[in-house]
Amino acid sequence: MALNKEQIARRIAQELQDGFYVNLGIGIPTLVANYIPEGVDVVLQSENGLLGMGPFPFEGDEDADLINAGKQTITTIPGSAFFDSAMSFGMIRAGKVHLTVLGAMEVADNGDIANWKIPGKMVKGMGGAMDLVAAAKNIIVAMQHTNPKGESKLLPKCSLPLTGVGCVKKVVTDLGVFDITPDGFRCIEYAPGVTIDEIKAKTAGRLTIADDVKEMVV
Amino acid sequence: MNKVVAGADEAVKDIPSGATLMLGGFGLCGIPENCITALVKSGINNLTCISNNAGVDDFGIGLMLQGRQVKKMIASYVGENAEFERQMLSGELEVELVPQGTLATRCMATGYGMPAVFLLAGIGTEVAEGKEVRNFNGKDYLLEHAFDSDFAIVKAWKGDTQGNLIFKGTARNFSPLMAMAGKITIAEVEHLVPIGELDPNAIHVPGIYVHRIFEGKNYEKRIEQRTVRKKIS
Repeated sequence: MALNKEQIARRIAQELQDGFYVNLGIGIPTLVANYIPEGVDVVLQSENGLLGMGPFPFEGDEDADLINAGKQTITTIPGSAFFDSAMSFGMIRAGKVHLTVLGAMEVADNGDIANWKIPGKMVKGMGGAMDLVAAAKNIIVAMQHTNPKGESKLLPKCSLPLTGVGCVKKVVTDLGVFDITPDGFRCIEYAPGVTIDEIKAKTAGRLTIADDVKEMVV
Repeated sequence: MNKVVAGADEAVKDIPSGATLMLGGFGLCGIPENCITALVKSGINNLTCISNNAGVDDFGIGLMLQGRQVKKMIASYVGENAEFERQMLSGELEVELVPQGTLATRCMATGYGMPAVFLLAGIGTEVAEGKEVRNFNGKDYLLEHAFDSDFAIVKAWKGDTQGNLIFKGTARNFSPLMAMAGKITIAEVEHLVPIGELDPNAIHVPGIYVHRIFEGKNYEKRIEQRTVRKKIS
């Protein structure tokens, strides 16, 4: 069985390490915050100007002056800090944020990512995605393996306008976990019940299977 | 030095049609509600607006779009706005999309007196088209210019009569950077206090950058995505 969104988020949460500062994008990446492993101390960065992002507020405690980059009401936690948008992207650019998790429409086997624009459709803008992918040291993409038409989103080359070049390090999809290597996507884990043949059939970009490939634990 | 003006109408009264304005805020968080209302009332048009977002249909910069006051929008993300989409697709509205960090840093450059900065965001994408590229330590960077902004309009939490400003929470976002970048900077504040009342250690924008200040009224502070969790008793 392919993974659901919560399971993709749970698998990505296993990548979090003690002491990490982490930026989580909108969508599946946001869910990662729900599965931070016990004993792992991470600080969440929200690019609109907050380090130490807490959970959603209790009903009635919402504060219009306290939102995340997805414009959702949030809370602070002990140790939180506010700052302006230039400092926010300054810390991202300077490599202080250890890990960025974001969604994508397409990823190429060289680490290129496209996630902001579909020609012919209304363009909403790149927001902070281009800044994040250009600068973050480690970028994990969380997405479905195929689009609603069943076409692979793991490609030899992105067909959509790029957000960043050669920047993605790892992709976690509903079918498996893939490192980006000089030889393209390397499958290191497959989802429970998903076969390597299915992964091969649904991956359009160059694909190798790790010698020690194993079933994902989620 | 007293920079207090009577209110929003007074503060924006000399902004002419065709001006370039910076407007603080992230989504609807921290937007200068009073000044936007006054700008709508003033009826000026042909404006170039620099702001991270363009409001929603019936709030924020969306209100200025309704009156077709905006000629060009420079922003990083413009979703959530049907009238914006209509004007953009019909060609009435010119739109320049800028990566969010680049937008913030170009504002910062203006306030710090720097003509341009070298930034990574957008390398290898269509954002890089036509821009000068320089290689530093083996990496390519884009030359991005500071903004030239006639007026900057921001909302702060507290301010004093001399224009010193303090922001609250994530309502800070772009506002200090824009406040520092306007040739004329207008600040509306939730609480206007006499000089001496604000802790000098806590000031986010010193008054040297602020030309006009007033206490705003009737803040709606609309929330775009009200997200809550249930209390477990």
